[in-house]
Amino acid sequence: MAALAEEQTEVAVKLEPEGPPTLLPPQAGDGAGEGSGGTTNNGPNGGGGNVAASSSTGGDGGTPKPTVAVSAAAPAGAAPVPAAAPDAGAPHDRQTLLAVLQFLRQSNLREAEEALRREARLLEEAVAGSGAPGEVDSAGAEVTSALLSRVTASAPGPAAPDPPGTGASGATVVSGSASGPAAPGKVGSVAVEDQPDVSAVLSAYNQQGDPTMYEEYYSGLKHFIECSLDCHRAELSQLFYPLFVHMYLELVYNQHENEAKSFFEKFHGDQECYYQDDLRVLSSLTKKEHMKGNETMLDFRTSKFVLRISRDSYQLLKRHLQEKQNNQIWNIVQEHLYIDIFDGMPRSKQQIDAMVGSLAGEAKREANKSKVFFGLLKEPEIEVPLDDEDEEGENEEGKPKKKKPKKDSIGSKSKKQDPNAPPQNRIPLPELKDSDKLDKIMNMKETTKRVRLGPDCLPSICFYTFLNAYQGLTAVDVTDDSSLIAGGFADSTVRVWSVTPKKLRSVKQASDLSLIDKESDDVLERIMDEKTASELKILYGHSGPVYGASFSPDRNYLLSSSEDGTVRLWSLQTFTCLVGYKGHNYPVWDTQFSPYGYYFVSGGHDRVARLWATDHYQPLRIFAGHLADVNCTRFHPNSNYVATGSADRTVRLWDVLNGNCVRIFTGHKGPIHSLTFSPNGRFLATGATDGRVLLWDIGHGLMVGELKGHTDTVCSLRFSRDGEILASGSMDNTVRLWDAIKAFEDLETDDFTTATGHINLPENSQELLLGTYMTKSTPVVHLHFTRRNLVLAAGAYSPQ
Amino acid sequence: MDIRHSEFLPSLHCPPFVGPLPVSHVSFSSACPIPLPGSPSLHRGLHPSREEKRDSRMAEEKKLKLSNTVLPSESMKVVAESMGIAQIQEETCQLLTDEVSYRIKEIAQDALKFMHMGKRQKLTTSDIDYALKLKNVEPLYGFHAQEFIPFRFASGGGRELYFYEEKEVDLSDIINTPLPRVPLDVCLKAHWLSIEGCQPAIPENPPPAPKEQQKAEATEPLKSAKPGQEEDGPLKGKGQGATTADGKGKEKKAPPLLDGAPLRLKPRSIHELSVEQQLYYKEITEACVGSCEAKRAEALQSIATDPGLYQMLPRFSTFISEGVRVNVVQNNLALLIYLMRMVKALMDNPTLYLEKYVHELIPAVMTCIVSRQLCLRPDVDNHWALRDFAARLVAQICKHFSTTTNNIQSRITKTFTKSWVDEKTPWTTRYGSIAGLAELGHDVIKTLILPRLQQEGERIRSVLDGPVLSNIDRIGADHVQSLLLKHCAPVLAKLRPPPDNQDAYRAEFGSLGPLLCSHVVKARAQAALQAQQVNRTTLTITQVLSLSTSAPGSGSTTTSPVTTTVPSVQPIVKLVSTATTAPPSTAPSGPGSVQKYIVVSLPPTGEGKGGPTSHPSPVPPPASSPSPLSGSALCGGKQEPGDSPPPAPGTPKTNGSQPNSGSPQPAP
Repeated sequence: MAALAEEQTEVAVKLEPEGPPTLLPPQAGDGAGEGSGGTTNNGPNGGGGNVAASSSTGGDGGTPKPTVAVSAAAPAGAAPVPAAAPDAGAPHDRQTLLAVLQFLRQSNLREAEEALRREARLLEEAVAGSGAPGEVDSAGAEVTSALLSRVTASAPGPAAPDPPGTGASGATVVSGSASGPAAPGKVGSVAVEDQPDVSAVLSAYNQQGDPTMYEEYYSGLKHFIECSLDCHRAELSQLFYPLFVHMYLELVYNQHENEAKSFFEKFHGDQECYYQDDLRVLSSLTKKEHMKGNETMLDFRTSKFVLRISRDSYQLLKRHLQEKQNNQIWNIVQEHLYIDIFDGMPRSKQQIDAMVGSLAGEAKREANKSKVFFGLLKEPEIEVPLDDEDEEGENEEGKPKKKKPKKDSIGSKSKKQDPNAPPQNRIPLPELKDSDKLDKIMNMKETTKRVRLGPDCLPSICFYTFLNAYQGLTAVDVTDDSSLIAGGFADSTVRVWSVTPKKLRSVKQASDLSLIDKESDDVLERIMDEKTASELKILYGHSGPVYGASFSPDRNYLLSSSEDGTVRLWSLQTFTCLVGYKGHNYPVWDTQFSPYGYYFVSGGHDRVARLWATDHYQPLRIFAGHLADVNCTRFHPNSNYVATGSADRTVRLWDVLNGNCVRIFTGHKGPIHSLTFSPNGRFLATGATDGRVLLWDIGHGLMVGELKGHTDTVCSLRFSRDGEILASGSMDNTVRLWDAIKAFEDLETDDFTTATGHINLPENSQELLLGTYMTKSTPVVHLHFTRRNLVLAAGAYSPQ
Repeated sequence: MDIRHSEFLPSLHCPPFVGPLPVSHVSFSSACPIPLPGSPSLHRGLHPSREEKRDSRMAEEKKLKLSNTVLPSESMKVVAESMGIAQIQEETCQLLTDEVSYRIKEIAQDALKFMHMGKRQKLTTSDIDYALKLKNVEPLYGFHAQEFIPFRFASGGGRELYFYEEKEVDLSDIINTPLPRVPLDVCLKAHWLSIEGCQPAIPENPPPAPKEQQKAEATEPLKSAKPGQEEDGPLKGKGQGATTADGKGKEKKAPPLLDGAPLRLKPRSIHELSVEQQLYYKEITEACVGSCEAKRAEALQSIATDPGLYQMLPRFSTFISEGVRVNVVQNNLALLIYLMRMVKALMDNPTLYLEKYVHELIPAVMTCIVSRQLCLRPDVDNHWALRDFAARLVAQICKHFSTTTNNIQSRITKTFTKSWVDEKTPWTTRYGSIAGLAELGHDVIKTLILPRLQQEGERIRSVLDGPVLSNIDRIGADHVQSLLLKHCAPVLAKLRPPPDNQDAYRAEFGSLGPLLCSHVVKARAQAALQAQQVNRTTLTITQVLSLSTSAPGSGSTTTSPVTTTVPSVQPIVKLVSTATTAPPSTAPSGPGSVQKYIVVSLPPTGEGKGGPTSHPSPVPPPASSPSPLSGSALCGGKQEPGDSPPPAPGTPKTNGSQPNSGSPQPAP
C-alpha cells in the first residue's frame, strides 16, 4: 500500500503540470508488430515512436528524451512489479533491466545507461555475462532432456525465466521499461543493430529438420493425442493449432514450399473453426518473402502462444515426446509456446472452448491477478432534497454479495467509501463546474422518475433511423441527457442533431459578443446567435470516414476519430474544430470521453490505445500490448481504467494511473466490436463479430456469462441505468434485451474458480433473453439508455 | 455473404489491365476468400457443440481448400502484353502470379476491416482504397461503383474471358442530359421499435411474422414448430441450409423433437386480437363493403400494404367466404366485387402468406366465377367483369400456392372442365369456366380449350343463329364467343404458321373458324407492330428499373410507364417471344422478368377499358354502382403488374420495393 501511495503522488504531479508527462515510449513493441510501417529504426528515438518523434525538437532532442523516460522508468519499473508479483520479483525485474540496458547501449545513450545502472546497482559484467536470455533459450534447445527438466522445474513458478514471456504479458512492465513490449523481439536480437526486427524474429526458424518428416511428426502427435484418455485429449488438443502454425511457418521460412503446401492442405481441416481467419492469412503466405511484412505472422513470432494445461496432461505429453525423440515438436513447444501448468483436474472440453480463441492463446493466470479497483467513486455532495440515486447504485453493488445489503448502501452514501473503489484522488479529475452541478441535479430529478426495469417490465425502444445515409453511417453517439445525437459518416462529416425542440445555436461573433451586457442574468442565453438555430449542424474537418464519436459529459464538446489518423475535438458552442490530436498514424477506430470529462481514450489500427487529456496535444498514456487493431475503447465508470477490445480477439483492461494492463480476457472467437461496463463498475460486457456477448467479472478476472443469439457482429452494447437489463444491437438488424440481474446472479466466484480460472458457463442464453426486436434492414449501430431507462437505438436504413 | 468480388476487382484491375483479363472465374472468386463473420457457415462453426464439431470442420475444409488458389499465370501474360512486353518467361509469370495473388489477398483482408468498421455487409471500392492507403500505396482514384458490376463472359479460340464491360460514354450526351435530382439529405426519423416489450406492427417495423415463417408454418408445420428455439434456430438452420443438404438439416432437427419438450411441437398461434386490432378490423371491413369508394380504396390499400395483418388473416378469410356465400344467394353483384377486391388486396400484401386460408378463399372465388347467377338482372348487369376478375384471382392463387401435394391447379382445372363439358351448363357458368381456364395460361388453352373450339362453336352458332329462345342465352353465347376469340387468337397466332386461311380455320374449328382467322390475323399484325415497339419499350423499362433500384419507391414508377406507353396491345404472345430473343443471354434475371412484366400487365388494361363503358349497370347501391366495376377493373389492371411475374411475391425484388414505398422513406 505504501508503494501505491507513493505512486499516486507521483502521478498526480505528472498529470497536473503542463510539461508533457509522457513516461513511456512503448512504440517499439508496437513497431515491431507493425513491421511494414517503417519501424526498422533502432536509433535514438526508435523506442519513442510517434510520441517521442513528434515532441523531440531537432537532432539533440533525442538525448534528453530517453533520459526522462528512463528516470521515470526506474522507480516505476521497480515499484509496481514486486507489488504485482511479489514472488517473481527479482529475476523478472532483472531481465527487464538487462533488456533496457542493452537497448540503451545500442542506442548510444551512455548517460542514461550509467544512470540506470547506478540506480539498479548492476555491474557491467553482469550485463555482459548473462547476455540475452533469449539466446540462451534458443541455443540450448538442442539438449532436449536437459530442457525438459528445466521447464518442469520452472514452469510451476508463475514467472518462467524467459523474458519474452514477460514481455507478452508486457503490460506489467510497459509503464516502466522503455523496451518492455519490445522484449520478445529485441532481446533475442540485440546484437543485430541495423537489421529489421523481422529477420531477427525469423531467425528462430533457422534450425530445421527434415521437411518431409513434418507431416509425420504432426500426424504422430495427432494420433497420440487422439488416443489419449478423454480427460487429457481435450487439453492436449489445444496444442494442435499453435504447432500447426509454427510447423507451417518453419516450412515456409525454410523454403520448402511444396511441403508447406501439402502440410497445410492435410491438416488445416483439423483446426478449430474459430481460427479460420488466421488460417486464411496463413494459407496465402507461401513464400519466405511474404513473411516479411505479414503482421499475423509476426504476431505468432513475437508472442508466445499461451496454453493452460494441467500437470498430468503435460507429463503425458512430455513423456510421449521424449519417447519418440520428437525434437522438432519439442523445439516448437519450447520456443514458441508458453505452457501454463496448473495442478489439479484437467479441464473439460467445454471449459477450454470457453476460454480459447484469441490470437495468442489464453491469458496467463497471473495476468489477471492484480487488484482492480472496480468500485465507483463517491459522488460529490450536492444539496438536493431527495437523492435516491446513489442508493440505487450502491444497492446494485451490495446485492451479489449478500452479506451487507441495505446498511451499507444507506451508510456509504455519505460517509463510507466502497471498499472496491479507488481512492478519490487516484486519478486527478476535473473540478465540478456550476453547470455540471446543475446537470447532476437534473439527473437526480430524472432518476426519481426512472422506470424500474426487470423481466416483467421491459423498456420501450425508440429507434432513430438515419434515412438517406447513402454515404454510410459509421458511428453514433447520444449525450447522457439524450438531447443530442451525433453521427459520423463515411463521407468524413460529423452531423449533430438536436432531438429535443431546443435547436442548436452557436455563439455570436466576437464583435457582437462585446455588445452584450455581461452582468445580466441571462447572459448565457444572450450570447447565443438565434440566426444560427437549426436542428442539424454539420462538422467538416476530417478527411476520411469517421469511425468514432463521443460527446463530453457536459455536452460542450464532441470527439470524433477518423480514418485519417486524427481525433478531433469539436466545440458544440461554436460548432468548429478546436483541436486535431495526431498520434495514431493509422485509422483511429474508436474514441471515448471519460465519464468525468477532460480525459479521453482512442484506439486504432496501430494496435495501441492512447489516453489523452483535452488540453494536451500528446497522449498521456499509451496502452500497448494488443496484437491487432484496437477496435473499441471504453472508460470504466470510475475513470480509473480503460477497456479495449481488439481484433486479436482479446479484451484488455488498462490502469489509467500507470498504464499497466491489469486484465486480459480471452474467449471471443472473433474481433471485438463493442464493450460496455455495468453501471456499478463490477462487470464488463463485450460483443464480437462472432455474434456472442460475453460477460466478465472484473474483480475476479473471470468470464461469467455467454449470451448467444445474435447472428452477426454485435455493434453496440449498453446496460440500463440500474444495470438490470443489457441491451445489445447487432448487424443482424436486431436489438436484444437480456436479463443482466439473472446473468450475474449466482456467480461461481468461490476461491477455487478464482484461483484456477476454470469456469463452467451455464447454457442459459435462452432464459436470459428477454426480447428480440427486428428492425427493417437497419443495423443497430448504437444503443443508449435515457435517464429514465428508455432505450434509444440508432442505425442507418440500408435498402437492399 | 454479400461480397461480390467484381465489385472491387474492377477497381483493382482497371488501371493496369487494359485488355480483357483471361482469368477463370473460379480463381477469381477464390483469390479473394473473404471471411465474412456474418456468413452462416461461420456461425455454425462458432458454436461447436460437440456433435457438430466434425460437421463444421468438414465445412471449413471445403471452404479453405478454395483459399489457396492463385491467379492463372496466363493473366500475367495478358497484362504484360497490354503493357507492351511481348515475351515473358513462364517462370516469371509464375513468380508474378504468386506475388500478385498474395498481395491481392492481403489487401482484400485489410479491406474487410474497413467494411466491418464501416458497419456494412458489403465490401466497396472505397474499402480497397483505404486498405491500399494502409500499405502506403496510392489508392486508385475514381472507382466508385455503388452497384454490382457483373462480369461479362466471352469465349473463343479456346480461351475463356471474363471481363468487365466498360461502355464508351459520349460526353455530349452527359452534358445534354438534364441533371438528376439532388439526392435527399440525411435525416433522422424516430419510431417505436418496441413499447414495453411489444413490437408495434407499424410500417417502420418489419412484419411480425415474416412471410417465410408463415410459409414454413403452413407448409412444414413440424419444422417450424419450435418457437422457443427460434432464437438459435435461425442460427443453425441458416448454416445448414446454406451449406449442407436438406437431409442433414432434418437429421439435426430430429433430436429436439425426440428428447426436447413435446409441448413445443405445436406452434402457438394467438387468436386474440388487441382492441386496436379489433377496431382496425371493424373499420376495414366496413370500409371495404361500404358505399364510399374513397374509403374503400384506402382500406384496400391498407390491406395490400400494411404489415402485421397476419393475426387478422383468419377473420378476413372468414369474412370473405361468408360474405360471398350470403351475397351470391342475394345476387348482390356489387358486394361480391368488393369482396373479390379484398381477396386481391390480401394476395397483394407482401407480408402475408395465404396458404393456410386458401381452402376458404378458393371456394369463394370459384363461386364468383362459375355461379349460375351473380346479379339480379343478368341481362343488363356486367357480371362478366366479375367473372373475369375472379378468374384472374384464381389463376394467381394457382400460381402461388399450387404444389405437388395440394394439386390446386389440377383440381381447379378439373372443376372448370367438368362444368364446361356438361351439356346442361348455363351460359353464365360456361363463360366462367372458360375464363377460368383461359387465365391459367397458354398451355391450358392449348390443351383444353382449342380441341373443344369446334364443338363450342356449334353450340354458340345454334344459339345465335337459331330461333330466339331467350335473350339471356343470346347474350351469354355472345360473351362466350368473344371470350374464346380473345383468348384463343393469340395462342393460335403463336401455334400456327403465318398464312391464315379462312377455309383451313373453318375446317379445323368449325363455325368459329372464320372469326378466329380474322382475329388471328389481327393478332399477328399487332404483334408485328408491337415487335417494333418492344425494343423501345423494353429499353425504357429497363431504364426505369435500373433507376428504381437506385432510387427507392419504385413500385409506382415502374408500372406507370408500362401502362401508358403501351396502352392497347393485344398480341401478348408475340411480345413475349420477340422480347426474349431481342436481348440475348445477357443478365438472365433482370430483363427477363421485365418482359414478363409487360406481358401480364397488358390484357387487363384493354379489358378494363372495355368493361365499364359497354355495360353501365344500375345495381343496388345506385350511386356507386359503376364504380365497383371500374374500380375492380382498374385495380385489376393497375395492381396486376406488381405481382404478376410468376415468382413475384417470393422474390426479394417486390418485397424490397414494397417496404421502400411503405416505410421509412421520408416525405420530402
